[in-house]
Amino acid sequence: MEQSSTIAIRFREATAAQILCLIVALVGVIIVSAGMGYIKIPLAAIAKIIATKISGKLSLIEGLNQIFPVVVFDVRLPRILTAALVGGGLAMSGVVFQGILLNPLADPYTLGVSAGAAFGASLAILLNIHLLGTYSIPLFAFIGAASTLILVIYLSSSAEGLSSNNLILSGIIVAAILSAGISFLKYVADEQVSIIIFWLMGSFGSKTWADVALASIFVCVGFLIFVYFSRDLNLMSLGNRTAASLGVDTKKVTLILLSTASLVAAICVSVSGIIGFVGLLVPHMMRFITGPDNRRLVPVALLSGGILLLCADTITRAVLPTEIPIGVLTALIGGPFFCYIFWKQQKTRKLL
Amino acid sequence: MLYFLETAENKETFVTMPFECENISFGYTDTRVVENFSISFAPGNFYGVIGPNGSGKTTILDLLSKHLEPEVGRICYNGKDLSLYSRKQLSKQIALVPQNFYINFAFTVKEIVMMGRYPHLPRFAAPTPEDIHIVNEMMEKTGIDKFSDRFITELSGGERQRVVFTRALAQNTPVLILDEATSNLDINYSISLLNISEQGVKKEGNTVIAVMQDINLAAAYCDYLIFLCEGRIAAHGITRQVLNPNTIQSVFNVDAKVYHESYSDSLQVVFKK
Repeated sequence: MEQSSTIAIRFREATAAQILCLIVALVGVIIVSAGMGYIKIPLAAIAKIIATKISGKLSLIEGLNQIFPVVVFDVRLPRILTAALVGGGLAMSGVVFQGILLNPLADPYTLGVSAGAAFGASLAILLNIHLLGTYSIPLFAFIGAASTLILVIYLSSSAEGLSSNNLILSGIIVAAILSAGISFLKYVADEQVSIIIFWLMGSFGSKTWADVALASIFVCVGFLIFVYFSRDLNLMSLGNRTAASLGVDTKKVTLILLSTASLVAAICVSVSGIIGFVGLLVPHMMRFITGPDNRRLVPVALLSGGILLLCADTITRAVLPTEIPIGVLTALIGGPFFCYIFWKQQKTRKLL
Repeated sequence: MLYFLETAENKETFVTMPFECENISFGYTDTRVVENFSISFAPGNFYGVIGPNGSGKTTILDLLSKHLEPEVGRICYNGKDLSLYSRKQLSKQIALVPQNFYINFAFTVKEIVMMGRYPHLPRFAAPTPEDIHIVNEMMEKTGIDKFSDRFITELSGGERQRVVFTRALAQNTPVLILDEATSNLDINYSISLLNISEQGVKKEGNTVIAVMQDINLAAAYCDYLIFLCEGRIAAHGITRQVLNPNTIQSVFNVDAKVYHESYSDSLQVVFKK
């Protein structure tokens, strides 16, 4: 055991190398998956197409099939990048939720964020709201998620600040009410019921560059905020009292991190629908490699969450004979895998 | 009344002037947990806070460490109102060893102790050789260096308590607040940790304010004792003067005999069953 922990520590210290590997892997996966699909495109052609878009030199893509640039740039890349951003965003906010709620089993949806988003989206679909064209559903999802968060924080705040137990409880209560609301909307909805169900299952189909822009703004800003406060988040795992004695303004940091993480999660949900287990599983797995230090965990979770969800999306898009909703796939793979990790942990804990 | 010495050799030589509590009161909703608490803590002393369960001991420590703010009255630290200090400033002045405590994430022992150095390090800075030296030195002193690479989640309650204690020592502050910090420990570790705290008091002029359950242990280490009963000070003063059967009877409602024990050169209390 002594030895295994020494190895684990050596792993933890190789952060720069890990991050570099993950960046290379992410770029690799993006390029490879851009070539996969109904129309197979060779890797060299993809590299050329991307280089052309960046440099503006049209001479590079001379001689290529004319449909390739359109497929890669207008169809596949927006979808691929959205999937990577959403995966990274969910994983990263999972890290923060687990850190603040002092619970390694919390995830971006623990506080009812997803239920709020789902309710908002269902409402928009049911009422056939097209105020903002394609943005109507994401906007409603976002409003639903944000107002759920405000309600949950309001419910759980007391004179002593936000306690993690109160937050989790209020999250569960509000989510339960909203789920009933969603069921009601589905019941009332006639023809739109299939649209609601499909949206709830999550999908990256027909994503545009506008989705990429929206997700990347929130994920990048969120990343910067998380990294800035990551050391405080470490201290908060010692408990609020100790963290305060080590110079952390726990109330302020909790509020900032909680709202940022929820907003990132809300944007991810509003762009893609509900995709479970990424925010729960990725931080959990990455902690085995990087250790619980959030200064390392946040960037590693961002990158690996992106890689993971992109791979999953590519599998449903290009490998499986029919495209199944990504949310279903992540739950089908992630759920049992999580059971396994959980079971194994219980076993080892008893042995110690 | 700010006593602040800055010498050439050691930039961090503070002469901690008393924590002065002026008539502070604090309560949760209706009930007052602490009432009319007035006392001064002078540097270079070991203070013990003693009282039955629910007498407001932890609340006093929370008020002193600014985790809670008094509703009435004020607390001064170094002559300046405590509320005027930022958390960051205070973290270089006051270290806390909390009462009970568990950590859900598998940090290593060394990582936890290093967290005691965070207040002295800028946000994105790596630990300096000096920080690493202090951490190693403290771990050796408290004897946790033997398991410095193990995960905190794998340790027993007592081992964890020693790690947390070491973390507070590594914070290297003029004031150390102990909230039943030795309650989970075997007697040998209790003594060794309290010895280390006492050394800081005697040699470096630090102040220790400790809530303690074990009256005999408190009698052995504390220069001053503060007896709390229902949020009020029942008695306080130099240990030899204040620790007597009358005080114990009035605070704990237990009959006791107090005598000087030459073996430990301290007062001893024995209780009647």
